[in-house]
Amino acid sequence: MSKEIAIAIIMAAAAIGPGLAIGWIASVAMTSIGRNPEAAGKIQGNMILGLAFAEAIAIYALVVSLVLKFV
Amino acid sequence: MEIFLNSEVIGHIGSFVITNTLVASTLVMLFLMFVAWRIHATGYDLKNRFYNFVEMIVEGFLSIIESVVGRGAVARQAFGVIVTFFFFVILNNWFGIFPGMGSIGLKEVHEGKEVFVPLLRSANSDLNMTLAIAIVSVIFIQAISIRTVGLAPYLQKFFNFKSPILFFVGLLEIISEVVKIFSFSFRLFGNIFAGDVLLIVIFSLVPFIAPIPFMGIELFAGFIQALIFSMLTLVFINVSVSHGEAH
Repeated sequence: MSKEIAIAIIMAAAAIGPGLAIGWIASVAMTSIGRNPEAAGKIQGNMILGLAFAEAIAIYALVVSLVLKFV
Repeated sequence: MEIFLNSEVIGHIGSFVITNTLVASTLVMLFLMFVAWRIHATGYDLKNRFYNFVEMIVEGFLSIIESVVGRGAVARQAFGVIVTFFFFVILNNWFGIFPGMGSIGLKEVHEGKEVFVPLLRSANSDLNMTLAIAIVSVIFIQAISIRTVGLAPYLQKFFNFKSPILFFVGLLEIISEVVKIFSFSFRLFGNIFAGDVLLIVIFSLVPFIAPIPFMGIELFAGFIQALIFSMLTLVFINVSVSHGEAH
């Protein structure tokens, strides 16, 4: 019973940080594209890279919960 | 509905264990070798439409790589491994959502319980596979940096005895390389395995119509993860090579 609660709390808590980070990265990217539409391609490319790093943190927590659930 | 973190064993050759992810990745590997053979069989003749198409793809990738590391020897040396990583990972991910993956299998008896063992499983949903390509990727980053910058200047990045602070920074660099291995492997494994679990759950709840957006998500996530893997390797190569030149 407490194992299920732990699994749920891990994933819920881990969604907060990366959620904020992804929103922040995308918002700053939008602002700079608006300011400088010619550099849109470069900004977009680097934004995707930054998004992947931020998302990976949530994925680490997901791996922990999956391991707890299925092993 | 049984979901296993480890990939299921479906056979043995002597004492070598054959898992379903090994079969899936071998099929993708054979497909890539077949495509390479067909390209070679065109004789690199520009009047051949297929070869023209291939050259277009190669030029596209080369321009992307050059936009990250700049034109020069590093771009040409890194090209092979980076594009191979991209195609290998993306084909493995997309092959994992083919019909027949995970649904065709054998019923075996394990410890008295009857268990369904699928014959094929998405290759990157096995931590062994992603760990393997992560290790190859990090070793490749070291190798190309040593080749470009030189062995002694490159080792100075890690073992710097000029001052205690720089020594500590060198230790941090070593730790950072090891962390890269874990980060690469767990990012890819987590994305693909979680996608697998999601698809299994959705298909067991509502098998018709509802899985379509989730399959779309899986398609997109597979492409993005392949792109991230190769682009991140490229960015780390860039950082490693220019770091060595600056000092």
